[in-house]
Amino acid sequence: MASSPVPTLGKDLVGLESLSQEQILMILDTAEPFKEISERRIKKVPVLRGKTIVNLFFEASTRTRVSFEFAEKRLSADTVNISVAGSSVIKGETLVDTARNLEAMRIDMVVMRHGSSGAAKFLADRIPSNVINAGDGRHEHPTQGLLDLLTIRDHCDRVQGLKVCLVGDILHSRVARSNIYGLLKLGAEVAVCAPKTLLPSAIGDLGVKVFKRIEEAIEWADVLNVLRLQLERMEEGYVPSLREYNRIWGVTARKLELSPQDLLILHPGPMNRGVEIDSDVADGPHSVILNQVTNGVAVRMAVLYLLAGGQPGSAEAAKKEAGT
Amino acid sequence: MDKNNRTRVMDESDVHGAVARMAREIVEFNEGTDGLVLMGIQRRGTQIAALLVSEIERTEGVSLESGFVDITLYRDDLMVVGPRPIVGESKLPSRGVDGQKVVLVDDVLHTGRTIRAALNELTDWGRPEFIHLCVLVDRGGRELPIQPDIVGQRVELLETQSVEVHVPEIDGALGVEIVTINSETI
Repeated sequence: MASSPVPTLGKDLVGLESLSQEQILMILDTAEPFKEISERRIKKVPVLRGKTIVNLFFEASTRTRVSFEFAEKRLSADTVNISVAGSSVIKGETLVDTARNLEAMRIDMVVMRHGSSGAAKFLADRIPSNVINAGDGRHEHPTQGLLDLLTIRDHCDRVQGLKVCLVGDILHSRVARSNIYGLLKLGAEVAVCAPKTLLPSAIGDLGVKVFKRIEEAIEWADVLNVLRLQLERMEEGYVPSLREYNRIWGVTARKLELSPQDLLILHPGPMNRGVEIDSDVADGPHSVILNQVTNGVAVRMAVLYLLAGGQPGSAEAAKKEAGT
Repeated sequence: MDKNNRTRVMDESDVHGAVARMAREIVEFNEGTDGLVLMGIQRRGTQIAALLVSEIERTEGVSLESGFVDITLYRDDLMVVGPRPIVGESKLPSRGVDGQKVVLVDDVLHTGRTIRAALNELTDWGRPEFIHLCVLVDRGGRELPIQPDIVGQRVELLETQSVEVHVPEIDGALGVEIVTINSETI
C-alpha cells in the first residue's frame, strides 16, 4: 500500500539515542491503533501467537513489568517472568550464562531491566533473540521515553517546537536520558532543572537548556516532566532533606501559578507525593500521569509488534502482500 | 511509473450503479435494516461500505450503524513478510457486534485470506447473529472455502492481470481497472 520504504527497527530496542526521527515516529504511529485493543471486551489479537518472551528483571519494577506483560499477553505471546532480586552489579559471566540458558529453551524475545548501564546492549550483542531494554542503570529506558512522547503528542497534537522541561533527579535518571534523546529528535526544545548535585556536569553537551530555579523553568515550559527523587539517594547526601527539596524543587500548585498557561504535567512514577510533586498537582486537571500508564501498554505493544519476526530482506514481499 | 496496460472495467457511474443494486440486495437479504451493521475492511472496503451506507440511508430513510476492521494483526503471513506492515485503525459499531446482522464489505475478493482474518477479528469482538459478505469485485482465485453473498461485478483474469479498485479518499477517483503486467518491460 505504502510506496515509500517502510523504516524498520532492527533486532533490538536498546535506547532512543540510536533511533532516527522516522523510527520514533513509526513506533508512535503504530501505537495509535494498539490503544483501541485495550478498550475491547476481548483484549487480545493473535499477532504474536507462538512467540515466547522472557521478562528478565534484575531490578525491582511493578509498573514497567506489568505493562510489558499486558502488552505481550494482549498480542497473544507466551511469557515468563524472571526476577533476579538483589543483583545490582553486572557480572558478565552470569548474564551471558543466563541468556544462553534461556536461548537453549528456544525463546524469541527478552525484555530486560538491569542495574548496570549498557547491560541491554551487552545482551543484545550476544544473543540472536530480540532484546528490549526495560531500563539499564542510568543509561536509558526507551519505552518510557516513547510513552512520554506519545502522551505529549496526544495532548498537544505535536512535539515539534514544544518546550519540555525535565525536573528533578537528572543524574540517576535513565528516563531523563531517553526523554532528552527522543524529544530532541522530534524537534522539541528541552530543558532540565535540578539541584546541582543531581545534574550531570556535562549535561549541556546533550543540547539542553539548564534552569537553576524551578520558577524560571515553569515560566518557560509548555510541558513539565517531573522525575522521581530516588529516596535511596538521600543517604548519599545529594539533597539535605525531603522537606527542603519539596520547598525549593517540588512542583506545587502555587509555583505553577507562575506559568502564563496550563502546563501539562507528566511523571513516570512511582510518585513521592509531597516531595517532587504535590498531590493537588499530581491529581490536578493538567496531570496526564495516568494517561502515561495507559499509553505505556500501547507503546510496548507497538515495539513488540515491530521487533517480532519479520525477516530483513523480504521487504518486497511485504509490499506486494500489503496490496492484496 | 506505470508501463502496464490498464483497462477501465467500471467507471464512476458503473460503481454507483453497482452500489445501488448491492444496497437493494443487502436490504432484501436481511428483510429490512433492523439490526443491520455494515463493517468495511480497511482501507478501500471501508470506503465502499460508506457508499453502501449512504445509499441504504437515502433509499430506506434510516440511519445505519457501521464500523471498520483492520486485519493486519490477524494476517496469516505476518511472520514471513519483511518489515512490519502498518497497522490501521479498527472501529466497532457503537452497539458492538453481539446479535447484530453484520455485512462485511471489501473492495476485491481474491484468495479469501483477508476475509478469514476479518471473520476472526469480528468473532473476537462478539457473536453476531450472522455475517454476510459483500464485495464490489470478485476476481476468483480462492485459496480458502469462502464465497461472497453479494457481488458488484465478477471479473475473469489472466495470470498476468490484477484488478484495482480506486476510491476518491485514497486514489482521487472512483472506478475499477484491470492491470495487465506488460511482460516486455520486465
